[in-house]
Amino acid sequence: MSLDPSFIGRTYPATEVYEVGREKIREFADAIGDPNPVYRDADAARAAGHPDVIAPPTFPIVITARVGEQVIFDPELGLDYTKVVHGQQRFVVTRPVRAGDRLTGVLTVDNIQAAAGNDLISTRVDLCTEDGEPVVTAYSMLVARGTSGELSTSAEPSS
Amino acid sequence: MIATSTPRTATYDSVDEGSELPEVRSRIRRADLIRYCGASGDFNVIHWNERAALDAGLPDVIAHGMLTMAVAARIVTDWVGDPGAVAEYAVRFSRPVVVPDDEDGAELVVTARVAKKLPDHRVRVDIVVRSGADKVLSMARAVVALA
Repeated sequence: MSLDPSFIGRTYPATEVYEVGREKIREFADAIGDPNPVYRDADAARAAGHPDVIAPPTFPIVITARVGEQVIFDPELGLDYTKVVHGQQRFVVTRPVRAGDRLTGVLTVDNIQAAAGNDLISTRVDLCTEDGEPVVTAYSMLVARGTSGELSTSAEPSS
Repeated sequence: MIATSTPRTATYDSVDEGSELPEVRSRIRRADLIRYCGASGDFNVIHWNERAALDAGLPDVIAHGMLTMAVAARIVTDWVGDPGAVAEYAVRFSRPVVVPDDEDGAELVVTARVAKKLPDHRVRVDIVVRSGADKVLSMARAVVALA
């Protein structure tokens, strides 16, 4: 079953605030195996020009993936999550996420399409501080493999 | 996870289009996937349960694409020194990183080069990530501001 295309263009209300903690950043940096001191030591971060420890470039996914669940897990969309793989990811950074940030995300469904028997959904999450300062925009494309009812006649590769 | 490289600092004037960044090699073992599950909140079973991975048509447990993306970013952040200089980072997940249940796990080999010098001391870096014979990320690009 293909996804409901009427979701394209839908925007969701800003999510509740996520407060970024120093220890969460450290835990994430440990998990990705990156010893960079600006992720752990406020003095090192200040020496690099930041007010507090900053988060690695992919850290925003911790927040934006949850924001995206509003549509991904909406039964009306019709996405079979057991078939889903991550197709593409892009971050556009206004400034790095840092400890003490209180962030809220606004989710928009940019596109839904079927290609080569797969269902593709592209979303965007604009992360801002609760005061409205833009921080990072995360663009995600998820692929539900083999879930489109259409015949696989498209020449487009199935990522 | 063991990655071999040391932080250093690149400057705009010292790099040319085509300049190669120091290669980064990193190993991902099953325990790293569990740790990333906890840190990221992504507990999808295909990243820790072999039976579920096989049921999903995969050859074995696979790494989170976002973990591969994070490991690959280090070739740029080590090179530029300050990870806060990354203005944009994008990848396509072209092949899964299969992580066998053994001591060696999967090796990621990350290479990159300066593809274009942009205005305002920015450069576009194109990144290639291989695991075994597979190119696991494609169209992997970062835009960074250099000193």
